[in-house]
Amino acid sequence: MRILCCVKRVPAPGAKINVTEDGQQVETAHLGFTTSPHEECAVEEAVQLTEAQGGEVTVLTVGPPEAEEQLRYAASVGCQNIVLVPTDGTPLDPQRTATIITETVQSLESDGGEFDLILFGNESADSGGFQVGVRVAHALGRPIVNGIKGIDIEADQVIARREVDAGFEVYHLPRPAICGVKEGINLPRYPTMKGRLASKKVELESVDTDADAGGQLMVRLHRPQETAKETAILGDSEDAAGAIVDLLEELGVMS
Amino acid sequence: MSDFPTQAKVVVIGAGIVGNCVVGHLAELGWTDMVLIDKGPLPNPGGSTGHASNFIFPVDHNKEMALLGEQSANQYRDLGMSVDSGGIEVARTDERMDELNRRMTSAKAWGIEAHLLTPAQVKELVPFVNDEVIKGGFYCPTVSVVDSLETGTVMRNKALDKNALQVFANTEVLDVETSEANEHNGRRTVTAVVTDKGRIEAEHVVIASGVWSNKVANMADTYIPLVPAVHQMADVGPIDVLAETNNEIGYPIVRDMDTFCYERQSSGSMEVGSYGHRAILHHPDEIPSNEEAALSPTEMPFTQDDFDPQMETAIELMDMLGDAEIKYAINGLLSLTPDTMPCLGEVPDVENLWSAAAVWVKEGPGMGQVVAEWMTYGYPRVIDAHGADIARFYDDERSDEHIWSRADEHFIKTYGIVHPSEQWEGRRNLVTSPYFSRQEDLGAEFFQARSWERPQWYASNADLVERYDIPGRDNEWDARWWSPITVGEHLNLRENCGVVDLSAFQVYELTGPGAVEFAEYLAVNKVDKAIGSSTYTPWLNQDGGFHSDLTMMRLGEDHVRVVTGVFDGGRDEFWVRKHMPVDGSVKFTNSTMNVTTLGVWGPNAPTVLGQLTDFDLSHEGSPYGSVRDVEIATTDGPLACKLFRISYVGDSGWEIYTDWNNGPQLWDAVMEAGRDLGIRPTGGGVYGSSGRVEKGYRLMGAELESEYNPVEAGLARPKVKAADFIGKEAYLAARDKGPDAKMCTFIVEDQTSSSGVKRFMQGGNEPILTTEGERIIDSHGRGSRVTTASPGPSVGKHLLMGYLPPELAVIGNDFQVMYMNELYPIKVGAVEGSVFDPEDSRLKG
Amino acid sequence: MTLLVLLDHDNGVMPEASREALTIGRQLADDMGGEMVAAVIGALDDGVIDDVAEEAQKFGAETVRHVNHDLLTDYGPDAWAECLRQLADDVDAEAVMAVGNDRGNEVMAFLAARLDQPFVANCTTVTDADDDEWSMTRLQWGGSLLEDATLSADLKLVSFGHHAVPAEPAAGAADADVEEFEPELDDSHTITMIKDRTVQTQGVTLSTAPVVVSGGRGVGSADAFAPLEELAELLGGRVGCSRAVTNNGWRPHSDQVGQTGTRIAPEIYIATGISGAIQHWVGAMASKKILAINTDPEANMVTKADYAVIADLHKVVPAISAEIRRRREG
Repeated sequence: MRILCCVKRVPAPGAKINVTEDGQQVETAHLGFTTSPHEECAVEEAVQLTEAQGGEVTVLTVGPPEAEEQLRYAASVGCQNIVLVPTDGTPLDPQRTATIITETVQSLESDGGEFDLILFGNESADSGGFQVGVRVAHALGRPIVNGIKGIDIEADQVIARREVDAGFEVYHLPRPAICGVKEGINLPRYPTMKGRLASKKVELESVDTDADAGGQLMVRLHRPQETAKETAILGDSEDAAGAIVDLLEELGVMS
Repeated sequence: MSDFPTQAKVVVIGAGIVGNCVVGHLAELGWTDMVLIDKGPLPNPGGSTGHASNFIFPVDHNKEMALLGEQSANQYRDLGMSVDSGGIEVARTDERMDELNRRMTSAKAWGIEAHLLTPAQVKELVPFVNDEVIKGGFYCPTVSVVDSLETGTVMRNKALDKNALQVFANTEVLDVETSEANEHNGRRTVTAVVTDKGRIEAEHVVIASGVWSNKVANMADTYIPLVPAVHQMADVGPIDVLAETNNEIGYPIVRDMDTFCYERQSSGSMEVGSYGHRAILHHPDEIPSNEEAALSPTEMPFTQDDFDPQMETAIELMDMLGDAEIKYAINGLLSLTPDTMPCLGEVPDVENLWSAAAVWVKEGPGMGQVVAEWMTYGYPRVIDAHGADIARFYDDERSDEHIWSRADEHFIKTYGIVHPSEQWEGRRNLVTSPYFSRQEDLGAEFFQARSWERPQWYASNADLVERYDIPGRDNEWDARWWSPITVGEHLNLRENCGVVDLSAFQVYELTGPGAVEFAEYLAVNKVDKAIGSSTYTPWLNQDGGFHSDLTMMRLGEDHVRVVTGVFDGGRDEFWVRKHMPVDGSVKFTNSTMNVTTLGVWGPNAPTVLGQLTDFDLSHEGSPYGSVRDVEIATTDGPLACKLFRISYVGDSGWEIYTDWNNGPQLWDAVMEAGRDLGIRPTGGGVYGSSGRVEKGYRLMGAELESEYNPVEAGLARPKVKAADFIGKEAYLAARDKGPDAKMCTFIVEDQTSSSGVKRFMQGGNEPILTTEGERIIDSHGRGSRVTTASPGPSVGKHLLMGYLPPELAVIGNDFQVMYMNELYPIKVGAVEGSVFDPEDSRLKG
Repeated sequence: MTLLVLLDHDNGVMPEASREALTIGRQLADDMGGEMVAAVIGALDDGVIDDVAEEAQKFGAETVRHVNHDLLTDYGPDAWAECLRQLADDVDAEAVMAVGNDRGNEVMAFLAARLDQPFVANCTTVTDADDDEWSMTRLQWGGSLLEDATLSADLKLVSFGHHAVPAEPAAGAADADVEEFEPELDDSHTITMIKDRTVQTQGVTLSTAPVVVSGGRGVGSADAFAPLEELAELLGGRVGCSRAVTNNGWRPHSDQVGQTGTRIAPEIYIATGISGAIQHWVGAMASKKILAINTDPEANMVTKADYAVIADLHKVVPAISAEIRRRREG
């Protein structure tokens, strides 16, 4: 079985995200970078599926050369192949990203055969466009569902479960299929030291592809206006319980 | 929550281990009305304390670090905040095994239990160690793991419980305000701390801000020379064998010294820490705020590539680490200073602004006590802290360029094997003497004294090795940073004449109507003597311990010159300024860069100088200790000089003082005059070591420390002057009581090691032991150890200096010295006096 | 000038998100100088569709199109997107919008892919809607940052951030007609249709609960959530948690409130022992009121809360439950 995971390198911010002066990027001077959380779970899912059923996992990212870090991380937790489509680091619009990925997938498949399953994260942690996977699926003519928190691979289909408020919706997708994975599908492992060291030996495949810009253009980023909230302190001990229950009554949630 | 105060006696900035210990100790010493602030939340405000690995290896070659480490470990123990996990430093190389033997020696010096282990013994204690990659281990059972965050809370609560303290977390310092410069001494005084919650007027401000300390100091327009640097740490687990201990720490900590790495159990996982990566330094402005940081401000994003080599070697030592998951990994920040020592004490240019910085968790409580005592008594009592005194730095050492360069160079030496005489590679030639180009031409090997370059020996004197048939040293360690030439220079000086560059002397002028009175106030010995006379004198701290020993010259009615050593210049200038009378009757001038000094000594010295001047150089015309204005003939005409008859090497001669710019002419004239009299340029190896030690002359920072007084050092004069001086009361008490230790010179009777090689003690605190091998402790608990070691070429023996309890300090008494974990027989050769020419006949000649 | 608005529903039950979509759609249509057509997709009983239409009209829809087809047995993004595509064509829409919940964004992405048009997800405001090029502000980082963007497209496709604007009935709304629309669908459109459902939770869920009692790292362990569960039960609410908690394995991911977990909007959110990292805050910020219980007065969660108790949650939470019981019994 061949599984492809598409991941994105994103900053790992704290409680406050700053924007560069020109408004074009998140200020990352003292931030580390990580794989977008849903995608980290996608990688883990792919590794678990191949561990159980055999096969290999390829991880693809479109990003700056530094995104090699996220690819190596994926390799360190058990992915066999890593592919980078290098960019200059400027954020790409979703259409352009999707086209680049589609072409890269086609190229990878013409070399190594079809991917039985392609996993995306449900949405990226930063730009959150909610569409790249869908566009790629459409371009490849394969079925996709998003928000997936459970995957079973069967001989000719993929059973995908989406968590909704009250339970799960179940989808049956014929193979080859694509899923947009959500955090919670698993608890991703951390790399081991040996895994990390082995990951350094994995060959990085670099694919040069680009595409035209789409119709959505980022002008600038900014922080939302902070509404200075006056926090009412109800107490500094359990004696505040009375005041809290008064409040609950006032809000009408005590009935 | 109390309202934000507008004034306080003390504001301490920073609630890490150091700030908390400072307020705790201050409260114990009776201070009240204190405010502790931190920009982060409590109990973990996000500084280095919050991510420290929290273990203490008590053995250090450096006395201050060893004793304060031990002091700190004991404080943690007393608070119930520590567990003795034991710890092993393992060696992978023969060089490291030698170093472990050196560690055994230091352990003995400080009275810390330690054992040298075979690889199999290491494996017995830590079964998951691969004993095939190691050659042995240094095991210290009292290595402890501490809870620094909780200790901080407890120390803070001590002050809170006494109603001596208010604490404000999440309070950011915006400015530290000072007065204009005081007219009388040029220092400013700290006045207030401005925070985002309000302004607090304060009598004292303590900067205990860890990696941010220099940034806070900069707000007061001053410096705490340190740089935030990365120490990488990864937490890997879970590991069954660790989890099965059901313990925070069930196995000794292992320091894999040759890979600059440690493995420390933390419950079910292992913390692997590294000092083996490239030095990664940050500007304080690059440290994120608590809000911006993904973890805490000082837990910066892990740079994996830097850590990879450590993982390989860590797995080599403990294979189980390879299969454990890397759960947490950081580039943790800690503080590095240009010379590796902390920054403690009053900031020299701002009165009542205190630095308690560049302190790690392992020494936090002890250093907190040092600063609290310093603030209370004027000087720390628990230990002499001159090596950590923030006043030690010269301007050249406070620049970012210098701090970064030095930190970059020494980071990798954190677990390195550092020779006591090891020289820096970068940031050299910061200050050179007027003779520098001539010295370079003569092949001088320069040693750096703080920022000053001084020749240690001259390659041009290599012929002396043959002339005097001087053997080399067979052991590489003993021969490192040493040359037999220095012995040749010594013997030549004793036989003919040597010229020593003393330009690094720090020279201060005290002038004005109050100058002499003030000079008296600083000095134990009488300064108010005839014009043209001098005084060699201790300066004491309030407790009667040594602050300095130096020379003061009465140059005029209202003019006293102070000449002190380059290692102590910063501290001494600070001391002078701090005590200057507020009435403005004394003017202080630092004339170091205007005055150059050349020493000329040896039996031929009078003849050499006699060719350059008609002045009466006899003991009548130029008596010992006198300072005379003399014209020296040079090819460019006569040169106005001061001839100061004095000697630090035990041979007759002078220090010649002249204008800095005239130095080259003076050098050329003296060298030319001595050409046929055997004159040789002579390095610091003679002046600072062999010449001095043969004469038993003491050195500040070695024999002289605040823990010892002049009575013990043998520097008490028969009478005490009438005038008041700093430390007088304590000095009088010490005279009444008599010494609890006496300064001795020892002769090493046999230097042959067990492997038949002649060894040379380096003077790195080697313990002086009884013939039975027991430590010798005086009634103050001070252990006998080597304060200086040097060859004594003129007595044909290796010499050691050190203190003994008075009853043992008897010439001829036998003892042993430990060096590299072996014992050598030594004998007391002199008590308070010298083993070479004890009658000082050569000085009189 | 027609704006087509997708109304999400689950077998006829319209979530708050759909009312939000209509509220925003009304404004947007006005800005465009056009009318709003609301689309309801799927088989519905007569009564149900009338209720939906009435609701849609109350919130400003001029027309309600009920899209139905035999193959529309349940939700499926391909099918829904194809329906929208055909309907947009039918009404000559200039723009199609949905609310940016899971389904809304998914259907819009499918529609965008089919039409090869850009799709701007999770807007908060759109300006210049009367121009060829729209300007808008949209959410990044789950709402921690805003992005000003422009959109150039023949057919403008946008979604609005869930909870970005509160639902408000339109002033002077006219009666809306329900018009049936039968799209052309085939089996290729039903590949991604729901084949089965498993019900896990009865009653209120995290995203619909009026009260959410949440715990963070400060709770300390899985067992220590028991008092939180007790309080939630007393209030008919649900227990939530932060990402640190799910990462530690103390609670299932379905309890996680946050950017990568569940976005909630209860009447009151009781956040205990939660520092308020950004990824958590964006999941909780739509709560009507927030009560933080934390020992750190400067914790992000505390400074952003309406009410706070600066104390140990392990003492306060049981005290609240005790007080509630006391009042109910007394």
